[in-house]
Amino acid sequence: MTAVIEEAASGPAPAQKPARDHTPIVITLRIRRFLPDLVGPNGEPPVPFWQDFQVEADPTERILTAMLKVKGEQDGSLTFRRSCAHGICGSDAMRINGRNRLACKTLVKDLDVTKPITIEAIKGLEVEKDLVVDMDPFFQSFKDVMPFLITSGNEPTRERLQSPEDRERFDDTTKCILCACCTTSCPVFWTDGQYFGPAAIVNAHRFIFDSRDEGAEQRLEILNEKEGVWRCRTTFNCTDACPRGIEVTKAIQEVKRALIFRRV
Amino acid sequence: MPAGTLYRGREGMWSWVAHRVTGVLIFFFLFAHVIDTALVRVSPEAYDETIEIYKNPIVSVMEYGLVAAILFHALNGLRIVAVDFWEKGPRYQKQMFWIVMGIWVVLMAGAAYPILNHAFREVFGS
Repeated sequence: MTAVIEEAASGPAPAQKPARDHTPIVITLRIRRFLPDLVGPNGEPPVPFWQDFQVEADPTERILTAMLKVKGEQDGSLTFRRSCAHGICGSDAMRINGRNRLACKTLVKDLDVTKPITIEAIKGLEVEKDLVVDMDPFFQSFKDVMPFLITSGNEPTRERLQSPEDRERFDDTTKCILCACCTTSCPVFWTDGQYFGPAAIVNAHRFIFDSRDEGAEQRLEILNEKEGVWRCRTTFNCTDACPRGIEVTKAIQEVKRALIFRRV
Repeated sequence: MPAGTLYRGREGMWSWVAHRVTGVLIFFFLFAHVIDTALVRVSPEAYDETIEIYKNPIVSVMEYGLVAAILFHALNGLRIVAVDFWEKGPRYQKQMFWIVMGIWVVLMAGAAYPILNHAFREVFGS
């Protein structure tokens, strides 16, 4: 902020940002639909299909806005999750142009609008309708790593203090919003739904490396099992997909090393 | 039924795919290799006959493919070791992947003459 004020005071004219182009453009959303009620005349099970929607959008708008426009104006049956719409609640994880992202954090101008924008449900979890998947297995893995503070002895009467260095140790993994972008980008998870997955390991990491917590051994034992951290093949899809910029693979590797060297 | 699209992974995912594919190829080569080497126990003549087949230009090209697979698997293996044990490995995995590809290209260029030279002359005359 200071720099801006100085610039305005000394320079002849404040440096103007190049004007953004707000001309609305027509984009095509190619959405993979799945309607569970769409049973064939002879009782055939419903099949997923692609459907194109043309929608007008400002280049600086988000894909979520375009999807809401489709739902509001063209097809009310289009189903997807979204809550806060500001990249915090983690509801609207979906596969946009082949990569897991949050629809509320993906801008139209960052995608190639000359071609249809493909939107699919995240992979590896059962699709319930359109872009809505069954998140229960995902949250079960999260619960299984005990994502809460474990301590022994009497509760202190004041805060549990921690040095800034100790806090820094697990800072990266506190940013998780449980959107499942990472877990459903993992090729191991696609074929082995029993794998704990990156998100659960990230949330275990958050407590394993917390100096105030005493449950590290228990969590490491859980993650040392067959479907734990050793399933990770370091494909880095999780790190690339995380909308919060968490270095997910790095966190998993740290848990692996803690297991090998038994040092937290 | 129209299928879903392929996940558009980046360096990390494709290096993992290539690592698997080259690993399986090398595994199958080892089968053939154990068989041809074991032939010497049948008779030295049988062994010589088999090795004679390997002078075929097609086999030379396959050998070049084998070198490609082993080089990639070995170099990317070192990258994976670095990702596993070097603290900063995960952060620099993309750079390390392109270093691996660079070394791979140089070594493949160097291997071209010694391996393909014979086949080249066989096919096009010397």
